[in-house]
Amino acid sequence: MIAVAGPIEAAVVWLNDPLNWTNPGGILDRVGEHLAISGAAVLLGCLVAWPIGLWLGHTGRGGGLVVLVANLTLAVPTLALLAILPLTFLGFGRPAVVVALAVFAIPPLLANAYTGVREVDPEARDAARGMGFSGWQLLRRVELPLAVPYLAAGFRTAAVQVVATAALASFVNGGGLGQIIRAGFGLDIAAGGGQILAGGLLVAGLAMLVELVLALVERLVTPRPLRNRGRRAGRRAADAVSGA
Amino acid sequence: MSFRLSYRADPGNPWFSWQYVRDNSDTILTALREHTSLTVRAVLIAVLIAVPLAVAAYWFRALTGPILAVTGVLYTIPSLALFAFLAPYLGIGAVTVLTVVVLYALLVIVRNALAGLTQVPPEVREAAEGMGYGRWGRLFRIDLPLALPGILTGLRLATVSTVALVTVGVVVGRGGLGQLIFAGLQNNFYKAQIMTGTLLCVLLALVFDLVLAGAGRLLTPWLRRRSAA
Repeated sequence: MIAVAGPIEAAVVWLNDPLNWTNPGGILDRVGEHLAISGAAVLLGCLVAWPIGLWLGHTGRGGGLVVLVANLTLAVPTLALLAILPLTFLGFGRPAVVVALAVFAIPPLLANAYTGVREVDPEARDAARGMGFSGWQLLRRVELPLAVPYLAAGFRTAAVQVVATAALASFVNGGGLGQIIRAGFGLDIAAGGGQILAGGLLVAGLAMLVELVLALVERLVTPRPLRNRGRRAGRRAADAVSGA
Repeated sequence: MSFRLSYRADPGNPWFSWQYVRDNSDTILTALREHTSLTVRAVLIAVLIAVPLAVAAYWFRALTGPILAVTGVLYTIPSLALFAFLAPYLGIGAVTVLTVVVLYALLVIVRNALAGLTQVPPEVREAAEGMGYGRWGRLFRIDLPLALPGILTGLRLATVSTVALVTVGVVVGRGGLGQLIFAGLQNNFYKAQIMTGTLLCVLLALVFDLVLAGAGRLLTPWLRRRSAA
């Protein structure tokens, strides 16, 4: 062990050790786990939240429900869900972790799907009705395409949040990059400081990377005429989530 | 049928047990007290920093962009990573937990307070100036009272999420009720302990939210009159 001056130097030393990357349970393994867990959780969240959000937006009812879901999940600690779900029928292992994280992905997905359909120009809706569209056709061919910028904004918010929260899965040995931080805390702070800091940098870096990539995707899937509106809209929907 | 009977006959690990609550009331109360005190201290510190920041961003438009950008970037940083950044410097203890939760609460309050301040109608601002209010007079008599709903929204959101976030403090051994949940996991998955910690967390958030909502109603009587009319 090299005597090191401070946590930052220790973190650099830790990150520069190739074995810390390639070992079983090393950084590469952990990144893979982290992305697999997060991806599954966001997918599950989308499958649950989008149909409900789009339908509530289409019928124009249930705005109160959306706010209630957002407030409820805000008050439930992630740690509690991670601890409780494995003790239910889900059992120990990855499914419980994925479901726990998906619960926290649902509010932004739901709120943005709802807002996206609600914000569709009533004239476009009337025109479609006048052309003889049924309710289902209206949702599929008019409201859904126009809500895409919102759906993308919600997806981005949810994905970044899940990647960030997935670090907590390490509390129940669920894998992911948080495992590195937890292992560091398991050591003495003087010895583990470098590893803790390195783990923190990796988790934060991954969250930022996901944020950047999805910001790009959000821009690509938004049709050009909607881009400026979409950005403002995304912010508004996000504000709706935070209750502002 | 036999399965159900055997399940009922197993008293070992119920989801909730008054017996547990009675026998461990000291531990539970200590955890609850620590959780409450961490939350109250964090939110107070956050308000004292966030409101001046929001006012600065409101007065000097050039600061709005940077302040919102920094708070936005901070929000993408995972809470566990923030603990990891601070723990090697601040050590293992309450100071680290407090710093982390203050930082997150700060963001929410700054954003909502700024939204509240920018929603003050320009006519009102001009009228105040015409009546001879100076910058500070206008701030305390006009802008801040009118921004109060926004500030209170931020305060409520920050408080509720702080209650949930404090539990992550178990990583440095100061998680309040999180400590209870985590100990339940380690005590061979003792469900009653996990559930008691969780329920108290949610209840605490609810109580704080109701208290702040009530305070908000008392502080902004003009909103009630408007909605009644």
